[in-house]
Amino acid sequence: MIKIVKRDQPSKAIFFFTPILAIFLTLIAGGIIFYILGFKPFEALKFFFIVPIADKYGFSELLLKATPLCLIAIGLSFCFKSNNWNIGAEGQLTFGAIVSGGVALLFYDQEGFYILPIVILAGAIGGMIYASIPAILKTYFNTNEILVSLMLVYVSKLILDYLVVGPWSNPEGFNFPETRQFSDSARLPLLFEGLRIHAGIFLALAAVVISWFVFYKTYLGFQMKVSGFSLKTAKYAGYKGKKMIILVFLISGACAGLAGVGEITGPIGQLHREVSPDYGFTAIIVAFLGRLHPVGIIFASLVVAITYLGAETAQIFMQIPKYTGQVFQGMILFFLLASDYLLFFKFKFIGTKK
Amino acid sequence: MHKFLIRSFVSSLVLLFTLTVAAVAKDVKAAFVYIGPTGDHGWTYQHDVGRKAVEAAGFKTTYVEGVPESADAERVLRQLANSGHDIIFTTSFGYMNPTNKVAKEFPNVKFEHATGYKREHPNVATYAARFYEGRTILGTIAGTMTKSNVIGYVASFPIPEVIRGINSFTLAAQKVNPNIKTKIVWAFTWYDPGKEAEAAKALIDQGADVIAQHTDSTAIVQMAEKAGVYAFGQASDMDKFAPKAVLTSVENNWGPYYVDRVKAVANGTWNQKDTWHGIGDGMVVISGLDSQMPSDLQAKVKKLQADLASGKVHSFTGPIYDQKGNLMVAEGKTADDGMLAGMMTYVKGVEGDIPK
Repeated sequence: MIKIVKRDQPSKAIFFFTPILAIFLTLIAGGIIFYILGFKPFEALKFFFIVPIADKYGFSELLLKATPLCLIAIGLSFCFKSNNWNIGAEGQLTFGAIVSGGVALLFYDQEGFYILPIVILAGAIGGMIYASIPAILKTYFNTNEILVSLMLVYVSKLILDYLVVGPWSNPEGFNFPETRQFSDSARLPLLFEGLRIHAGIFLALAAVVISWFVFYKTYLGFQMKVSGFSLKTAKYAGYKGKKMIILVFLISGACAGLAGVGEITGPIGQLHREVSPDYGFTAIIVAFLGRLHPVGIIFASLVVAITYLGAETAQIFMQIPKYTGQVFQGMILFFLLASDYLLFFKFKFIGTKK
Repeated sequence: MHKFLIRSFVSSLVLLFTLTVAAVAKDVKAAFVYIGPTGDHGWTYQHDVGRKAVEAAGFKTTYVEGVPESADAERVLRQLANSGHDIIFTTSFGYMNPTNKVAKEFPNVKFEHATGYKREHPNVATYAARFYEGRTILGTIAGTMTKSNVIGYVASFPIPEVIRGINSFTLAAQKVNPNIKTKIVWAFTWYDPGKEAEAAKALIDQGADVIAQHTDSTAIVQMAEKAGVYAFGQASDMDKFAPKAVLTSVENNWGPYYVDRVKAVANGTWNQKDTWHGIGDGMVVISGLDSQMPSDLQAKVKKLQADLASGKVHSFTGPIYDQKGNLMVAEGKTADDGMLAGMMTYVKGVEGDIPK
């Protein structure tokens, strides 16, 4: 007989083991789905997870895709660790892209070393401004940050729509919804000839290092941790809750804004209606899959990035519908949340008495 | 606009001199990149019908659906070009820059971009359909069938393609019924059933008893069916979604063009060009006419269809005035393609302003 017993304390080993378990279960479930759809499961999984990154170009595309996911998820982990549910990273990304894109457009016919830093800074500030809205509303008016930040995503997309359709549309572009191309000085430099991977990856790596330092070596990190466990305790300890809420939102917004900068000044090179295929939302999965740990987030962003690439490859070579990529992302999150059960409970095998 | 004409002229010269001498390929493989799911019953669905025609003609095809116009488009294109495809059709405007960028890296692969205007390399062609000709037919039907003289029009984005459609529709409706007004609601989406249905409802509430659409979902015709007003199918024959409401549909028929171009690659006769085909070339097709339409209207529509096809009738024949009463096209003249390609003003009879 098996009995389910509550653990005295959440298991730390299980805490870092369950994400791997979730990925493993996703692979099995994915294989079963492929089989039911009439595809050879192992071949399909090969095209999904191995073929896309089998060469140098594929690997560089993986890093390109993982960069914004990692950057945003690092930012989100500041919020999530301290019990602030910022669901609107997509909006902060979009607004960051709008502000930095606007600055880049000001310099569209100019060259100069100073342009790129201004454009990058503008993106971070744009993301921070946008993230400050739910933060301020939460601290001073007790609004629910989940709703406010989520709703602001749609507002930011409408602002972007308005700008690229109207005032910022390319004067030589026959009124199609896109801006001019940015000047080369406003583009992030490419790291290798012929590959799209760009200097934005250093922003993501810097975010990883800084966040690790803040989480584990600073007083702020400790405050965040305590607030995450219990807001009442944090209050009792005399932490200035409001200041911290605003700070984590600003950090999160800056990271999302920088991810937006990376997209428009990296591979895209202009503003149009679709600067991000919902990176801001997918990064939530990445943050949790990475257990809100900077190193975990690096691995998680690579795993989730490959589901995008794999979906394309699987459709091209095996005619598997591309939307299975989203099914995989959903399954990873589902299995992760489901296996969190193991954190708090364990199975106990008891011999049956006769 | 002159720039555009000069550019098209120069590019046609370039194509004359750089006729690609491709080795006669036996197994030509074609790839298609779609913005939406193949089951949208609108834009992407019709492109996929075209792809199936290419398959039926004996060629291998591949498609990738739901490719966002973000940084991902470039990767998908490069992967298709890299995996043995000889011709790649990119079927949404937002793929314009990635298409030209990847085309530069793969001079032996042909690229065909729908609805765009950039042909930066000799292996990039562009194509689009003269949907406005179909809208001339719809306008004629709407002007005749309306009782309230208010016609609703759900528009997507204020770009020349859509403005041109609104104008050609309104001009045709005015011709049969000088009292009509066209009311526009901008949905700012190509495909969003929820938003489109809301827009249709708003127009019906304002007294519109015929609804036209320049968005892709079937939500509008279904809303019209519920409200008991008339509507027209967009991109595909939408009659089965709203049998009472749908009077006819304007179908996008890409198959013949796709087969032509893939065959051209196989024969080594593919060349760079800008194609803009209408009813005459069969790229724009009018579905069956609903029996609710009186027989004299049906006969009129059939004749108009034939005249548009032969070129006897042009959708934009003067005199045409803008909303302020300024002459746009003089009596007896027709609007040239340059004017059509950059059309950004409403004609008289359209209500409201173009969003800026």
